Amino acid sequence: MSLIELSATELLQQLSRGDVSSRQVTRAFLDAIESRDGAVRAFLRVDADAVLARAEAIDERRAKGDRIGPLGGLPVAVKDVLCTQGEVTSCASKMLENFRPPYDATVIARLRSADAVILGKTNMDEFAMGGSTENSAFHPTHNPWDLQRIPGGSSGGAAAAVAAGMAPLSIGSDTGGSIRQPAGLCGVTGMKPTYGRVSRYGLIAFASSLDQIGPLARTAQDAALLLEVISGHDPLDSTSVDREVPSYSQSVTRPLENLRLGVVREHFGEGLDADVNASVREAIEVYRSLGATIEEISLPHAKYAVATYYIIAPSEASSNLARYDGVHYGHRTDQRAMMRQLEAERSALEKAGDEAALAQLDSPLVRMFRRTRAEGFGDEVKRRIMLGTYALSAGYYDAYYLKALKVRRLIRQDYDAAFEQVDFIIGPVAPKPAGKIGEFQDDPLSLYLLDVYTVSANLAGTAGISIPCGLSGAGLPIGLQLQSPPFEEERLLRAAHMYQTATDWHQRRPELQGI
Amino acid sequence: MSLTQADVKKVSLLARLDLSDQELQTMTAQLTKIVGFVEQLAELDTEEVEPMAGALGVANVFRDDVVRPSVAREEMLANAPHHDEEFFLVPPVLGE
Repeated sequence: MSLIELSATELLQQLSRGDVSSRQVTRAFLDAIESRDGAVRAFLRVDADAVLARAEAIDERRAKGDRIGPLGGLPVAVKDVLCTQGEVTSCASKMLENFRPPYDATVIARLRSADAVILGKTNMDEFAMGGSTENSAFHPTHNPWDLQRIPGGSSGGAAAAVAAGMAPLSIGSDTGGSIRQPAGLCGVTGMKPTYGRVSRYGLIAFASSLDQIGPLARTAQDAALLLEVISGHDPLDSTSVDREVPSYSQSVTRPLENLRLGVVREHFGEGLDADVNASVREAIEVYRSLGATIEEISLPHAKYAVATYYIIAPSEASSNLARYDGVHYGHRTDQRAMMRQLEAERSALEKAGDEAALAQLDSPLVRMFRRTRAEGFGDEVKRRIMLGTYALSAGYYDAYYLKALKVRRLIRQDYDAAFEQVDFIIGPVAPKPAGKIGEFQDDPLSLYLLDVYTVSANLAGTAGISIPCGLSGAGLPIGLQLQSPPFEEERLLRAAHMYQTATDWHQRRPELQGI
Repeated sequence: MSLTQADVKKVSLLARLDLSDQELQTMTAQLTKIVGFVEQLAELDTEEVEPMAGALGVANVFRDDVVRPSVAREEMLANAPHHDEEFFLVPPVLGE
């Protein structure tokens, strides 16, 4: 079996036994990127020489008998939303095309000290806004199972890289499903940890009360390995929780007994694809056969989750993205051309004697901000900034933003009540398998509606994992979502692993025809 | 409710975005649709519900007030589109 077909856990065993070197493993994945990424386009940047040098440095330390970190020279791909010191971190935006952060995100620092080899930065929807990776300012990513289709998003590059055997592990971020949904659409395992489990320091902010970083991998066991490394308290993020990190990678293989799973009545209504419905129901039966009891539960406010999310997330985004003003970093409009244009407008208005319009004319500074942002942001980012600005503006704040915060509490209370009854909630990740690239171009709302099963976990602050549970009639992966109460990642991973010992959907790989 | 192009234009100024006439038109139609969708929240009675701004419910987090090194000025300036040795430079703020 070639190295790229092994799980991260298997690779780590071989690395620690000295059967293979980090250089060999890294080389194998770089070769896969070389041959496959021209078609998949999961990566934005890979610096093969630097990556190999890093692997060799770990091999040398191992040869000298130095203590090697828990990732032991394993390659890890990272979504381009995490700051890497001195290396371009673009968030797939023209705004940050040349941005080189002066510091590492905490997750990056933890990966480095765990002796991971950072393989490259993966593609995403610009500023993590979207569910298809088509909103990247640079290029779309293609689903390895069908290159005509989206990989999901916003962590589409991270999911596609693992699915196509170009990385054994990757890091994504999830604000409304951006790890779980692409994991589902690409047939890999992806987890959104509880809000506060993983430090957000150095994560380029989208919606700060919802954003969370998490692992993507082939198996729950591999995800456990990566989660263990990136979790934990960080004084640099005041929302990171000071709470012990369990040994996820050790406990993940221990099955759970007397598992109570809740099936949400509202999740199986209109809009759910028949293949997805069948696969998810089959997966529920697998759990039943493993001794779980299944109970029907209700989340009465589930149907309001998407509306709540599309007020809160854009509101926070409009505030967070105000920092992109062409002053401190990032793109700035051509100042000379901007000033010339402004002068031309001024003299035209003066000539026309239009005093009212003259009084309204932008100052040079405001015009610089507006042109910079008009040029630097893509359509979806502009849409969300506009939506959020509107929801927060005078006269609308109470009706939209404040209202959404109240409904957010109702959604959380639904979860609290549900978890009195059951250990986990089981259901679909996305209502249908991956759509075609370009399918949603003119109808943003229809794409938002696909977040129906994932946004609640972010609003409520719970944890969720997506694991492969079937293939559609067209041969596209279908994801199963398990959700747990806050800080139950350990049990959640064990539950996911139980399923993966009883089934082999997570072992299926795309054929990558023509690559 | 339906948004007018004038509403959207006003929001674009608040958001410090400069939208073309074409963008303004598309944005008005799309925002009308999205705002129409999110308005379904109005049907819920939330009179007695406390707003929830964050998932954790933590209050202030304090740290010791100790001096520690921060990123050097030249490093922070290095990413700026326009700067001199000490400052970020911007277009004129006051009239000439």
